[in-house]
Amino acid sequence: MNGEDHPLSKYLRWEIMPTTHCPGCGGGQVLRAFIQALDDLSIDPESLVAVTGIGCSSWITSPYLKSDTLHTTHGRAVAFATGVKVMKPESPVVVIAGDGDLSGIGGNHLIHAARRNIGLVVFLVNNFIYGMTGGQVSPTTPFGVATTTTPYFNAEHPLRIAELVAAAGANYVARWTTFHARQLIEAMKEALSVKGFAFVEIISQCPVSYGRRVGLRDGLAFYKHFKERSISVEDARSLPESELEGRFVVGALARRNRPEFTESLRRLNEEACRAG
Amino acid sequence: MEFGERARTYLGGLAGQVRFSLGDEAAAFGALFAGCRFFGGYPITPASEVAETMARELPRVDGYYVQFEDEIGSIAGVVGAARAGARAMTATSGPGYSLMQENIGYAVMTETPCVVVDVQRSGPSTGQATKPAQGDVLQARWGTHGDHEAIALAPNSVQECFDLMIECFNFAERYRHPVTFLMDGEIGHLREKLVFPALDRVRLFPRGGFDPADEEGLITPYRDFGHGEALHVTGSTHKENGMRDVVTPEVHERLITRCCAKIDRNRRNLYRTEERFLEDAEVLVLCYGAASRPALGAVVRARRQGRKVGFLRLKTIWPFCGDTIAGIGARVRRILVPEMNLGQISREVERFVRIPVERVSRIGGVPHTVDEILRAITREAP
Ligand SMILES: Cc1ncc(C[n+]2csc(CCOP(=O)(O)OP(=O)(O)O)c2C)c(N)n1
Ligand code: SF4
Ligand SMILES: [Mg+2]
Repeated sequence: MNGEDHPLSKYLRWEIMPTTHCPGCGGGQVLRAFIQALDDLSIDPESLVAVTGIGCSSWITSPYLKSDTLHTTHGRAVAFATGVKVMKPESPVVVIAGDGDLSGIGGNHLIHAARRNIGLVVFLVNNFIYGMTGGQVSPTTPFGVATTTTPYFNAEHPLRIAELVAAAGANYVARWTTFHARQLIEAMKEALSVKGFAFVEIISQCPVSYGRRVGLRDGLAFYKHFKERSISVEDARSLPESELEGRFVVGALARRNRPEFTESLRRLNEEACRAG
Repeated sequence: MEFGERARTYLGGLAGQVRFSLGDEAAAFGALFAGCRFFGGYPITPASEVAETMARELPRVDGYYVQFEDEIGSIAGVVGAARAGARAMTATSGPGYSLMQENIGYAVMTETPCVVVDVQRSGPSTGQATKPAQGDVLQARWGTHGDHEAIALAPNSVQECFDLMIECFNFAERYRHPVTFLMDGEIGHLREKLVFPALDRVRLFPRGGFDPADEEGLITPYRDFGHGEALHVTGSTHKENGMRDVVTPEVHERLITRCCAKIDRNRRNLYRTEERFLEDAEVLVLCYGAASRPALGAVVRARRQGRKVGFLRLKTIWPFCGDTIAGIGARVRRILVPEMNLGQISREVERFVRIPVERVSRIGGVPHTVDEILRAITREAP
């Protein structure tokens, strides 16, 4: 089928296709799942603002998604998106960026946006590596893995970023992998529907800058790996932490109903004006 | 610019009121009268009173104050809010201003109007945190990486904190450029008379408006998000339609030369100066911001002594009015530049005159005295 004929083509800027992602990259699947979620929810792309940082994962929507797209600086997408959301509370404001971007250089913005519980939708594409810059260690790289900047082995431990965002107070937090195509779309839909900060960590593959270092040479090898190593949130509960090392705990990690930040700001304005 | 009903009632009700106000508070009110409706901030002496005033006043005009986790977040939020349609600003001092530089460059590259207040304090680093200085003048010009122009204004009174703040917003909107309001701890913490104007007397350049003075069409049309146009905004090199092209040399050259030319070719429209006693002046005192107050005192006393001393105060620091200075510089014997740094603007002046520029520097967190500037004037050049 020709691209333009695809039922979801209205969400994409066909004139600049194909994307620059490598063959087998998880970025395309994330984009596919995202526009499917938009379509299932009948969200008009014209009403949406997509904000990204810097990295391969940040190129998933910038500029391919046919909506207002703000392609910002490395790590700062959530902070830019905060300004957008405060001024446009009625628009879905969606951030898509990588593990390095959102959990490394931009980690503090992420924590505090979750704490504020501002109604942003954040999809963190975790490929365990700084992909765009050629495979340097990231905050989510597993212990022991050799990368271009850990040529012997990674002496640090990976960040469990979804658990951190859940602890920070987000209204919705989930984790899925690119292997879980249906569940990922459902989680994205839930994230787009809840009020308050919504976060989905998407375990994804970078065969080029990461896979070849850990013996996962293509997309298929990654799917197998994700399938074998995944465990549901429910099943994980009964296991000691040591047995969860190297596993992907998938499912919803937080569902809350704390007041959303921009709604609180509007209530605050009403009170300030009444007080005179 | 359309004011909402709440803003019209509240700000309109202030018309003609006289207050004994801090410079920081006056700057905040200037921003409200300029239509600012988003403030992203992070506390720092001596700029915190700008944030505190905005946190109190913005809700009364249906605007929003957000305290971010750091200054990088503040300026990022400001640019986001600006793209979403708001006039937006932040306020900080040297350490925070340093942190903001990458995203100020983003605002330059994406041609996003916004205002950054830098209430300068003594540095580098934490320096003398509570003491005033004028050490960020060149950072306001060259703080972010890459080729770019800059717009920066410096007030020297509380009333001017208000008045020039409106000018800052108008320049930001007219030229689609970030503007730095270079205050200093001396002016920010000064308490003086502030008179509020009638709201309908404040002239505001409309968002995305057309500037008839831009005859070469260097300022491209501006569009906010939210109008179903699928706009793409990126800090990467981009074509006229906004789409990234980081490989074609001509695309980068075209974008950057236009962004520089839109300020440089229009620079005379950005100059704001105060000129006194220049007609017969043989000695020029060139100054700005806090240092201009004792400088004026010294010039007036020198005149009383019969000395032909002139006074030029830069309200617009960037773009630098080198052409104005070259004209005056050709007519005088001496040029003195009192500034609260080791000679940042002095060095710039040297590029435009043939005579040596005499630095009257003062650092350490105490302003110049009238006497010390007068002594410099009366001491003949070596
Ligand atoms: C301030 C700054 N520091 C460093 C870089 C270089 N840089 C570009 S992309 C990137 C890593 C991106 O990694 P991640 O966010 O995980 O995205 P991925 O490419 O893996 O999808 C880095 C370090 C930059 N652009 N800006
Ligand atoms: S380097 Fe990795 S993350 Fe980047 S496009 Fe290629 S496969 Fe995807
Ligand atoms: Mg990555």
